[in-house]
Amino acid sequence: MSKAAYKDHLGRPLVAVTGMGVVSSLGQGIKDNWAALTAGKSGIHPITRFPSEGLSTRICGTVDFIDIPVPNTVERSFAFARETTIEALAQAGISGDFGGPLFLAAPPIEPEWSARFELGDRVRPEQMHGNAYEQFLAVLREKADPAFHEAVMFGSISERLADQFGTRGLPVTLSTACASGATAIQQGVEAIRQGRTERALSVATDGSVSAEALIRFSLLSALSTNNDPPEKASRPFTKDRDGFVIAEGAATLVLESLEAAVARGAKVLGIISGCGEKADDFHRTRSSPGGGPAIATIRAALDDAGISADEIGYINAHGTSTPENDKMEYLSLSTVFGDRMPDVPVSSNKSMIGHTLTAAGAVEAVFSLLTIATGVLPPTINYDNPDPAIPLDVVPNVKRDAVVSSVLSNSFGFGGQNACLVMSAEPA
Amino acid sequence: MTDTRHQVVVTGIGLVTALGVGRQAHRDQLMSGTAPARVTDSERFAPYTVYPLPEIDWSAQIPRRGDQRQMENWQRLGVYAAGLALDDAGFKEDLEACASMDMIVAAGGGERDIAVDTLIIEESRKRNDREQLLIEKLTTELRPTLFLAQLSNLLAGNISIVHKVTGSSRTLMGEEGAGISAIETAYARIAAGQSTHCLVGGAFISERLDMMMLLEAVHGLNKDPQAPFWNSDGTANGMNLGTSGTFLVLESLEHAKARGAHIYARLDAVLGDRGSRDNGRMEQRLSRLADDTGASAGGADTVVFSGATGFPDLSAREKAFLQTRFPATPLRTIGALFGHSLEAQFPTGLALACLTLDDDTPISPFAAGEDTVASTAANTAIVTSIGHARGEGIARLTRMS
Repeated sequence: MSKAAYKDHLGRPLVAVTGMGVVSSLGQGIKDNWAALTAGKSGIHPITRFPSEGLSTRICGTVDFIDIPVPNTVERSFAFARETTIEALAQAGISGDFGGPLFLAAPPIEPEWSARFELGDRVRPEQMHGNAYEQFLAVLREKADPAFHEAVMFGSISERLADQFGTRGLPVTLSTACASGATAIQQGVEAIRQGRTERALSVATDGSVSAEALIRFSLLSALSTNNDPPEKASRPFTKDRDGFVIAEGAATLVLESLEAAVARGAKVLGIISGCGEKADDFHRTRSSPGGGPAIATIRAALDDAGISADEIGYINAHGTSTPENDKMEYLSLSTVFGDRMPDVPVSSNKSMIGHTLTAAGAVEAVFSLLTIATGVLPPTINYDNPDPAIPLDVVPNVKRDAVVSSVLSNSFGFGGQNACLVMSAEPA
Repeated sequence: MTDTRHQVVVTGIGLVTALGVGRQAHRDQLMSGTAPARVTDSERFAPYTVYPLPEIDWSAQIPRRGDQRQMENWQRLGVYAAGLALDDAGFKEDLEACASMDMIVAAGGGERDIAVDTLIIEESRKRNDREQLLIEKLTTELRPTLFLAQLSNLLAGNISIVHKVTGSSRTLMGEEGAGISAIETAYARIAAGQSTHCLVGGAFISERLDMMMLLEAVHGLNKDPQAPFWNSDGTANGMNLGTSGTFLVLESLEHAKARGAHIYARLDAVLGDRGSRDNGRMEQRLSRLADDTGASAGGADTVVFSGATGFPDLSAREKAFLQTRFPATPLRTIGALFGHSLEAQFPTGLALACLTLDDDTPISPFAAGEDTVASTAANTAIVTSIGHARGEGIARLTRMS
């Protein structure tokens, strides 16, 4: 290839994906996940991690099949990320130190309630005055608890990944709420375009489902209460959708400049051709009614990729199954895609894996790239009662074969966070 | 792209610490020639000493009461400081500039409801079905808005809502390293032409028992109100938490010049790293960071702002490194006058560096009797942050005026 073939429309290095790994409630690894996803299988199940009696939502898409030494968010999120990174590096054919920067999307960390109870149990009767934290401090002054400290540091997960995989520099741990996974990829793409590295590791992980996390989202009326049967709860774009299903997962993408990837003979799985972002100033949990910021984000991603909406063959929707998101997402997409909207298939992975929160943008990017690579569109399952106000081709209930060369993947989150990615097949 | 490097300059400073509110309040006290009086509270959280939030009228930067009510002090302070920085840069009323402005926030988590947590802990002593108890109490006692006040990315979210900064919004986490990464990311994007103007910073509230708990889990906090930051043998006496809300507006030089903005300083380089700290490896990393940021041994017209945590041995190692590397350069320890503000510590150091490089007088000592008196106004500033558990960063800034 000529040098020009390694550059994009703005003369920047093209960024290839050469390795991917994924974990979701459907299983561990690309192969199992893709088989289940294209078979229209749901990973949503009753909550077993904590008692759910008395809760309005008793279902989730947690990942409970990966061993962890201690049940807390840091251990769980790290274990998921470690597994997906091992898978991605193996696929990329990279062993030894990775030697590029790490961009990690990780959930905000708080002490587990089990840890607070444990501290509470260490309080002696004569120390039982003041509030709980004054009591905890009295206990900790007597005896330090480095394991507790490490379990509540936001930097703990990236630290371990950096050590295990030999990434370079200070890893970036980030949160853009439900767009975090996409932002981790965007930061990796930016680093390569800046010319400061030829490769970057973008990882997104979320193992933060707990009683408190679930209750918090419930209090915001964000979660589905269609508990029975669990696998039918997440029903994006239907008339009776009533919220998202909280879930866990992780994904890793090995990003390399196309030139470096080709030079070392790596198999190119796809190109991250465009990234767009735009914040919303309307409300803490609701999107601007006109969809302006989401529209701007989609357009920014297309512009960054240097393609028009006409060239997008499939859209991997944010599609949370909340009344508000799906309506807003349709409004935004139909504004950008115009008359062509009915002809562009749009499906939601969340109908099967639920909302993997921090990990979602990266998990869904992996599935988007698999769509391009395999020519199979994963379906939107549970599409039994279409919302007439959202006339989309959602690839209802059954997968479909289609040759797709460019995919748009949307991520929209609380706090006005919007990020979109455009992924494309390797240039011929 | 490497072939289109842009110079990165600082054009806006928003700074709130125990010392006061705003850039001018800090300049008045830091450029007077004598060490300002420390503002601490050693009683409210005894045996701990904190550098508290100063008296502040939130309405000056967060006009809507409804917005104020949606936040706790951590988010309020960040939104307030962000507003100060935008005002200072002349962007506050410029909706178009804010709509294309990038934003990177170094964040921890927000305040918990201590009354609810206490209620649950007390009840748990009487019951065996703790998981059931938890669900009962959380479903009935938690305030829905508090979740949003706790969410890390909602500091940025509130800045978008209150100040209309919407070009992009990214929240970086990971204690001191988050502050380093935030500046490093903003710098790299502007230098490469991926961004023209960026609001970057963070906030930390010292008066939080939930934060003290994290640091005391490794016996990190100082418990002697009289103890100076440094001992004569170069060790430190433990961390005092310090409140800081710090935001900077970073711009490409062209962007700043085109709109006639006042430039406080040029950010020449910023880098972070991490890894094992055993067997001198931290010092090796610091040397490399100093080399790579061009932080060469300066003279009296350089000043080093150290973000040392106060952890006794860790800070001693940092001080020894700085004295070897910068033997003739005045050192100012941020923690000795402002306390330690975790995610906000590195941005705070940059803000202080910018004030210093914008002034014709030398920076005052931070600790009377301890700090070398600077003989001349600074032309170069070096800012360090060595995280209490991990992560190290160095920035170098240069006078422009």
